[in-house]
Formats: sequence, C-alpha cells, structure tokens
Amino acid sequence: MLRIENLSKVYQVGTFGSKKLHAVNHVTFDVPKGEVVSLIGESGSGKSTIGRMILGLIQRTAGTICVDGVDVSTLIKNSPKEYYRKVQGVFQDPFSSYNPIFKADRVFSCLRDEFFPGMSGSEWRERLIASVQAVGMSPDCCLDHYPHQLSGGQLQRLLIARALLLDIEYLVADEVISMLDASTRIDVLNLLADLKSRGLSILFITHDLSLGYYISTKSVILYKGYAVEQGSTEKIYTNPLHPYTKMLMACVPRLDKKWDELDTQLAASQSASLGGCAYYGRCPVGDKSLGRDRFKPPVVEVEPDHLVSCYRLMN
Amino acid sequence: MSLTVEHLIVYYQTLQGNVKALDDVTFSIADGEIMGLAGESGCGKTTLGYSLIHLAPPKRFVGGCASLDGEELPIHNTVKMNPFRFKKVSIIPQYAMSAMNPTRKIGKMTAELLASKRVAYKSILPELLRRLELVKLSPDVLNMYPIELSGGMKQRMVMVLSTLLNPSLLIADEITSALDVSTQKAVSEMLVEFRDRHFVKSMIVITHDISILYQIADSILVMYAGKLAEKAPTETIINAPRHPYTKLLISSLPEVGVRCFERRLKGIPGNPPMLLVPPKGCRFRDRCPLAYAKCLEEPPFIEIEPGHHVACWKETAQHA
Repeated sequence: MLRIENLSKVYQVGTFGSKKLHAVNHVTFDVPKGEVVSLIGESGSGKSTIGRMILGLIQRTAGTICVDGVDVSTLIKNSPKEYYRKVQGVFQDPFSSYNPIFKADRVFSCLRDEFFPGMSGSEWRERLIASVQAVGMSPDCCLDHYPHQLSGGQLQRLLIARALLLDIEYLVADEVISMLDASTRIDVLNLLADLKSRGLSILFITHDLSLGYYISTKSVILYKGYAVEQGSTEKIYTNPLHPYTKMLMACVPRLDKKWDELDTQLAASQSASLGGCAYYGRCPVGDKSLGRDRFKPPVVEVEPDHLVSCYRLMN
Repeated sequence: MSLTVEHLIVYYQTLQGNVKALDDVTFSIADGEIMGLAGESGCGKTTLGYSLIHLAPPKRFVGGCASLDGEELPIHNTVKMNPFRFKKVSIIPQYAMSAMNPTRKIGKMTAELLASKRVAYKSILPELLRRLELVKLSPDVLNMYPIELSGGMKQRMVMVLSTLLNPSLLIADEITSALDVSTQKAVSEMLVEFRDRHFVKSMIVITHDISILYQIADSILVMYAGKLAEKAPTETIINAPRHPYTKLLISSLPEVGVRCFERRLKGIPGNPPMLLVPPKGCRFRDRCPLAYAKCLEEPPFIEIEPGHHVACWKETAQHA
C-alpha cells in the first residue's frame, strides 16, 4: 500500500525566495494494492507535485510517503534501484520522453544496463517482447524504430512497457493521455485497466473527470493543494458535495447534455490565503458567517468512504 | 454564404515527394455559423485552417478556390493575402502560450500589431478595454509581459487580439486542448459570445475533442486522412452519424457515467494511412469494419439529406 500522510510542499518563489508558495497542503490518502486512484484538479492544484514527490523527483517539505509501511526517503536513500524497481512513473508528453537521435528502444537498453546487467541477451529479449505484447503492441512494428516513426499513443504505451519490465507494483501516471488522440486515448486507458486487474496499483493524475470515472475506484479532488473531497469514485460522482467538485462536474463537456448556463468562475491567480477555505474566492455558496477567516474547513466523513472538506457540511 | 471552399488541394513538399494533406476539400460556412472541424492528429484539420490564412512553404497550393463574403480569397498568394489577414480572416493559433512576443508588454505589442495594419491604437483602445472586460481580464494586463499571465489568461488575451478588427472568419486552432476543464468551458463560451456579439461573423473551431464541439458548434465537419468524411449539423453528427469513422470516433469517447468495469469502450484499431502515398479508394478502408469491394473506388462526398454530407459507399448505395 502506498500511503500519503499530511503531505506538504512549499516552494520558495520571488526574489531570493522571499515568498512562499504552498503547492500541496496536508494531503492524506492512500493507494491500496491493485487499485486505481485518480488525482483530479485544475492546473496549479498540486496534482503533479504529489506525483513527483512520490517518485522522489522533488523533496517534500513535510509529511510522510510510505510504500508498504516504509518511508520513501529511507528507501531511496538506502537503495534507489530497489525503490525504482517497485515504483515508476509515466509522464504527460511521450514525445519529449525520448531522445530523438536514438531509436525508441534505447529506453529499454538503458534500463537493461542499469537494472539487469547480468541478464543474458536471449532472456532479456524474451522479457522485452513479453512486456511489449502486454501493452498490446507487436514487437516487430515498434522496436527498432525512431521516435518520429511512432505515434504518440504507441510511444506512450512503450513507456508503460518500460515500466512493466521492472515488475513494478506502483505506477504514477501523470496526465498520460492528455496529449493523445481520442481514438488512441481509450486504448491506453484500457491498458491501465488491464494492468490494474493484474495487481498493479496506479495513481492516475488527470484534470478530466470523465476519464477518472472511467478507470478509477477511488478519487481525490484537489484544489490549490488541498484535498477538498475524496473517497469512492462512485460516491463522489453520483453525489458531489464540495462546490468545487460540483463546478468541475458541470464543466465536463458531455455528449448527452449541453453545458448549463452557469457562469464559470475562473481561478484567481493569486495564491489562496492561508487562513480559511482556499476555495472561498470562487465559491458560489461561500458564506462569511461560517467562519472562513478563523480556521480551515475540517474534513468531514459524510458517508463511509466519502470525505469532504467544506464548512457547510460541518455537523 | 460567408465562406465557400471548393476543391481545395494542398500538398506538403518533402524530400520524399508530395504529402497529400488536403485532397479535394469542398464545404461552405453560413454567416454566423460556428463550424467544428474534428479528426485525429495528422488528418489535415490544422492544414485546412492555416491554408485559409497563411499558405506558405512547405505547404504548396495545388488547386481549388476559396471565397469569403462573395470575394475571392487569394490564398495561393501570400502577398495578396496581406490585406485580408487580421482584418477579414484571423486565427487563434494552437499554442497561444507562445503566440505573444515575450519581450514586449502586451499593450505595446498590440499597438505595433495594429500599426502594421495602419489602425491607430488610440482609436481602438476603448473597444479593446471593453472586450478585455468581457473576457474577464483586467485592463492592467496591457501593462504586463506575457510571462506574467497564466495559460488561460494568455489564451483569452490572444482571443481578444485576434478578433479586435472584427474579422469575417475566425479560425480557432485547438484552443482548448491545453486548458483544464473549467477554463476550457469559459473559453469555449467566450467564443460563442464573440459570435453572438458579432465580433466575428463565422468561425472554424479546430479540435480533436468532439464533446467540446457538441457544446458550441452549429455544424461539425469530420476529416479523415486529408479527406472530408462527414459534415452535418451538430445534433445529427452526435446522434445519427452515418460515416463509420464518425461512429467509431464518437463511441470511443469516455463520458461521465461509463466505467471500464461495466462497459468497456473500444478505440479504433489501426493507424491512419501515410499520406505520402495514400491508399486507393476510401482512405478509411483498412480500419473500417464495413469495408467491401466497392470501397476500392473513391467515395464521393455527397449530400444524402439536406445539410448532411457523407463520403461512404455504404451510405451512397443505400441512398441511391
């Protein structure tokens, strides 16, 4: 189980780091074994920051990230290779994940040099072919090609195949399909669903709620680094309680319904004040009398496996 | 008819030969119409959009004509197009993030842009400020550098800039693709508002996201591998598509309410053909579940119902 507890990240910004940007604030959730958890939010909500902290690409400011009960920073410090055998990431832009000068297979051979130095050529080849086939591609048409000869969907699936070569247990998929075409998008999504049924845990980072609903069992809705609503995907989607979740749901372009004539409040550019609710400035039902200046909205469990952080749901 | 395009053929010149990116494209847009242009990447939708405003090498004009408001658009001549650009035909490019000059303050850049078209900045400033207010930007942005704005703000700023001289035709190229859902909605609604306020007469909205088009477009044109596949009013395309490609494209979209454990959606197997040597006959043949012998011939793009054009032999045969 991947457990994230009270995780925070503060960036120093401005001249000489004089200002602080709270990108992630006290986020707590876990990714159980063999489940897909969606991390949903607008740009600037801190969703990618969380993914990067899990992968150890950036340092966290406070809080803990535990994989199977052991803290990630200890794991990375003791034996980074062992950690990355277990946890891997796939990122948004498949085109820039490859070096255009080399063939696409280079991502595999680099991996072999680092992680499987003693493996024989034929055994390696077998493994490679098995994992390429596992992502639904035929080895002939994708190995020995340059990145520009392959489509974005193919490149993205090869990156997932690369992660699979390591027998990983956790995959951080950061907006993996936002750059892909509608027709190949669904193939990559289905692939993630297949991997999940084979026991892989996936943290699926996205801004598109329909994709999150399609694939995940649990969802975490982030706003300005706060987890405003989390729990079972089913419950959040059928009964969104936080005004922000409601707004996101209303904004999803759907084929069966036109947008409501609701005025969409755009995100304010300044970072949220640290006292009170972060969403107050955009909230259509915000009410000063509820004490937004004094304290953070507490996290309330409205029903089993459905947590919401909103003043209006207190008591 | 605001815009008519007839038999437009545009090739890309490469070392290996001509890439047939647009092959015999014919369509028209009525006044006040928002036409959505949808298709996979590499199907020629952006080429079509750019061909109407800036047909420069490696694109090569091969044949066809376009006219706007009854006046012929000299799209094959980049110099003769100059008086039309920005004034009659305008574009919001795909990467609005990088569309503005990073070394100029936005107000100064706007002034220079207008000066190049011999329009005085002072005379247009009140209107500019009014429109900034409409897209919920503060007048202060004119005194800022592009880097100080967020992605959504830049997108809206470029939208205001592009439509400042009330063009007849606006080409919006993938303007919502890089934005998150809430900004996407706001920007799309602003496009409609611009049309309703007659800032622009008609619009081509290029995107691969059909669900956005369903929200804002009056009609949708689906392209496949450089050819037109289907054109019809939005409701018809979404609810009663006739071309197999359109059907597959729509059925592959995840919607809220569909979960992979309950109903598994399918993508479209296969890849679009290489346009260097496009296959004979229907270009969708290899991926089409309904393909039959007749598909070796090229299907004509014909009107099967008023306002509903399809290029598919199955439909043509049924109709005849």
